[in-house]
Amino acid sequence: MTLIAVARLMAAKDLRVELRSRVVLNQVLPFAAVVMVLFGFALDNDGILPQVAPGLIWLATMFSLLIVVQRAFAVEAADGALDALQVAGVRPAGIFLGKAAALAVQLFVLQIGLVFGSVLLFNSKLHPGGLVLLLVTLVAATLGMTFVGTIYGGLAAGATGRETLLPLLLLPVVAPVLIGATRATEASLSVGGTSMREGWAWIALLATFATLFGIGGSLAFGSLLEDQ
Amino acid sequence: MEPVVELVEAVAVLGRFPAVAGVSMRVDRGEIVLLRGPNGAGKTTLLRLCAGLLPLERGTGRVLGCDLAGQRQLIRTRVGLLGHNNGLYADLTVRENVRFWGATVGASNEEVAASMATMGLDGRLASVQVGRLSAGQKRRTALACLVARRAELWLLDEPHAGLDAAGRDELDATLHAAVAAGATVMVASHELERAGSLATRVVDVVGGVVALAGPTSEATNLRAADGTEHPAAAGKR
Repeated sequence: MTLIAVARLMAAKDLRVELRSRVVLNQVLPFAAVVMVLFGFALDNDGILPQVAPGLIWLATMFSLLIVVQRAFAVEAADGALDALQVAGVRPAGIFLGKAAALAVQLFVLQIGLVFGSVLLFNSKLHPGGLVLLLVTLVAATLGMTFVGTIYGGLAAGATGRETLLPLLLLPVVAPVLIGATRATEASLSVGGTSMREGWAWIALLATFATLFGIGGSLAFGSLLEDQ
Repeated sequence: MEPVVELVEAVAVLGRFPAVAGVSMRVDRGEIVLLRGPNGAGKTTLLRLCAGLLPLERGTGRVLGCDLAGQRQLIRTRVGLLGHNNGLYADLTVRENVRFWGATVGASNEEVAASMATMGLDGRLASVQVGRLSAGQKRRTALACLVARRAELWLLDEPHAGLDAAGRDELDATLHAAVAAGATVMVASHELERAGSLATRVVDVVGGVVALAGPTSEATNLRAADGTEHPAAAGKR
């Protein structure tokens, strides 16, 4: 099988599992909404909330990422499917790309909900001129987060105490995405004093981050699985 | 004819413990070899070594003509390992699971359907989510996945576990059919009566080494290398 065929097979399987279990819809989306509302309570000030909304969107995304990554690999580990994928000689790079693609789709849907949640809860304003930048930010940052999430999810899958290990490993690494995505989102929503030009500069960082971790993950995922 | 499995003084370690501690054995095409021995003897590790899942620490080994030291990825595409876990996705149906594992080797829809029919899963069960199946039905689904993957060497760890009498008969028939189609089977089992009647040869594994090997009729009447009489032999008297 070609790399793309393996990735499509894995992604289709993961998305079918999600459609059946509806974990993102029934658990992760409500969790992210609760996080947003709690941030709203904590920063209960009309002047501040629209200013900090971009950061809150990405913080909620990052916390949700932990849940979806853990779920994605729990499904593989529950009955030894990850082991079986290795025995079947399925190309590790294909597994990596497929799982990352499925995670990206789930996270992207979640972020659309969070952006609209921000409009409703924090009075964020969507501008026609910033929509393209916002969309590109969502895509680039989501890819970066899911590539890192898949790498560390695979690394922690067989480890003892993986529930606590994953956040420890993952959160520091995705910090640059949090910063870049927040600045680019600020630019797209015209808050925080970040210009559109600066916003596109942050996109370059996000794209570089996603590319590096996409290539690195594809190359290293086989070794990560072997070491389980 | 080149053997399917050929190990010479093979050593494989789990952590720092040599679970396979110098095994030399040969398995020819079309054989059904029963690996037997007490818990912790190294049977599962030996199967995982043959599947290319564990690196060869010392010695030499070839599986299906491929070198265990340098061609493990190639070996994996041609063997099927059914261990203690079934490798199934609980949220997917039986059909979706078999189709997924069949797709990893490019199996057609007809081949997937035939695999399910072989294990008696082509009726109502095909549309049931695996998470709702009994242990035996899950085992049958896992075996159907193995059939769909067209493995040349079947490595089975306690395959009869959880199966009812009909399921066991189906499994045995499936293994005979696989062998007739050119496959080779290695089975690790504690169910000696059932697996013994299936096997063409028995290999005793004790303490990570092969203690005794021979045809089922001879091996079951002999004492193991550690001096204890094998339960199967005891049961025959």
